[in-house]
Amino acid sequence: MNIVKRILGIVWIITGPVVLFWLIRTGLAEIAKKPVIDTKIQWGVFIGIFIPIVIGLVLFGYYSLKGEYDR
Amino acid sequence: MPSTSTAPTKDIRRIIIASSVGTLIEWYDFYIFLSLSSVIAGQFFPKSDPTAALLSTLATFAAGFIVRPFGALVFGRLGDLIGRKYTFLLTLVIMGGSTFAIGLVPGYARIGFFAPLLVVLLRLLQGLALGGEYGGAATYVAEHSPSHRRGFFTSWIQATATVGLFVSLGVTVLTRHVLDSDLTRSIEKFNDWGWRIPFLLSILLVAISVYIRLKMEESPLFNRLKTEGKLSKNPLKESFGHKANLKVVLLALFGATMGQGVVFYAGQFYAQSFLENVCKLDFDQSKTTLLFAILLATPFFVIFGSWSDRVGRKWIMMAGMLLAIATYPFLFKQLLTITSTEGKTEIPSQKEIRSSVAFIGNSRDMIRTSSSLLHYEGGMTVTQTQKDTVYASGKTSAKPVLSSSKTLGDSDYFKMVGILFLLVLYVTMVYGPIAAFLVELFPTRIRYTSMSLPYHIGNGIFGGMTPFIATLLTTIYQDNKLVGLWYPIGVSVVCLIIGVIYIPSVKVSNELES
Repeated sequence: MNIVKRILGIVWIITGPVVLFWLIRTGLAEIAKKPVIDTKIQWGVFIGIFIPIVIGLVLFGYYSLKGEYDR
Repeated sequence: MPSTSTAPTKDIRRIIIASSVGTLIEWYDFYIFLSLSSVIAGQFFPKSDPTAALLSTLATFAAGFIVRPFGALVFGRLGDLIGRKYTFLLTLVIMGGSTFAIGLVPGYARIGFFAPLLVVLLRLLQGLALGGEYGGAATYVAEHSPSHRRGFFTSWIQATATVGLFVSLGVTVLTRHVLDSDLTRSIEKFNDWGWRIPFLLSILLVAISVYIRLKMEESPLFNRLKTEGKLSKNPLKESFGHKANLKVVLLALFGATMGQGVVFYAGQFYAQSFLENVCKLDFDQSKTTLLFAILLATPFFVIFGSWSDRVGRKWIMMAGMLLAIATYPFLFKQLLTITSTEGKTEIPSQKEIRSSVAFIGNSRDMIRTSSSLLHYEGGMTVTQTQKDTVYASGKTSAKPVLSSSKTLGDSDYFKMVGILFLLVLYVTMVYGPIAAFLVELFPTRIRYTSMSLPYHIGNGIFGGMTPFIATLLTTIYQDNKLVGLWYPIGVSVVCLIIGVIYIPSVKVSNELES
């Protein structure tokens, strides 16, 4: 199971930036489609709060890769 | 050092009642805003675009959730420095004060931009207070509980969140019906000013709860650390600045609270929003079906909490997530099928058509309303309403406002209750044991801070954003009415994988580390 945890660590490290990229791309597309202040605020808040979470996921993946969760 | 300082059975009951009543009131205060979101949208946000108004309200709702992690940091730190009792007394007062104040804010029509601004600020205060409350109550009860019954005792705190929703829905429905002997006029009064009553009522409930909590003693584990001079000097640094604890915080977030949060909100709040906005179910029925479902499912918080004392916390929570992932598409599709007119036979002889006109204020412009009421076999009715403005010049508004509302016959109504019961049952599985799970992960000196943050990111941000993100997805991908489920299902899948693989299975409750 320790091997699986370490391999998954790489998955989490990659997943974080991929999710963030998808969020930013969708947000920009939605703002372009409806460029009103409501859309900008919604997506701004939305992306803003998920950035630290994405950092947390990458850190979780890093710890996992380094064997911090091994038993 | 393991702790053996637990309260006698009679005292623990008193502790649970005192803690739970306060937490229940905080949840009531917090949820009343969502229960009234469609009315609040009309009162505080421009009415020109109903979708924008609804999204604005949901965004305000999300604002209430986004600040919850900050509340967890501020009050968690205080709770680890000065004690649990005074910290969650303070959060109760802030919550009650801001809820009462929302009930006093004049509408957009009277003070313009300041109305939504004040509401957002008060909503942020509510979020801060809730961020501090839950961790305090869960920690306080857990630190008084014997280790072999910690899941059972803390599950009462867990049940308060759903009971708080139940009370908020109940008060909303009741207030809507009692303002006039004529139901239509009662609803009009409710939409005009009656919605303020549930907010104003909060001050009375909070006063009672503050009185009860003032009589409570400080947690024995916290008192012991204080006496021994072993309190944390900097709980934030100890919680998140040291790898040994930070990695546990991350595991708690990504392996448990994140999935718990989305299942909690999808099963109760998104389901409610889905019934009203996608299924177009009548306002009252969307609330009362959920009320029945909650009533039937609530005992399972305690059942699963207690069971977790014997089989461990992990697998009950994981099973709840797995069931949600596997059955959400089917269950939500059933909600659509039950409320659909497809395959149902209309009774043309009972069709009713009504129309009316009313002058707008003192002008000569008029609102023209025409509605048709269709009856179907099985007891279902569908009301289709069209409103447009007829100007004094003779012109009419270019885009009439169309709306529809459905009520279910008895058989479909109880099917709906059954489906909602299953959704809330999953909530009890993921949520019942989680307080005991979280308090057992962290030492007493930083427990309040350490457990509050992952809980409020998971439940507050991941969970609280569910209705917002799901609604947003339905506006982006309009062809698929179930597209909103991608978010809770996706988050649950990731959480389930992490939880199953990374969280150790512990079948016996541990002594709390002090």
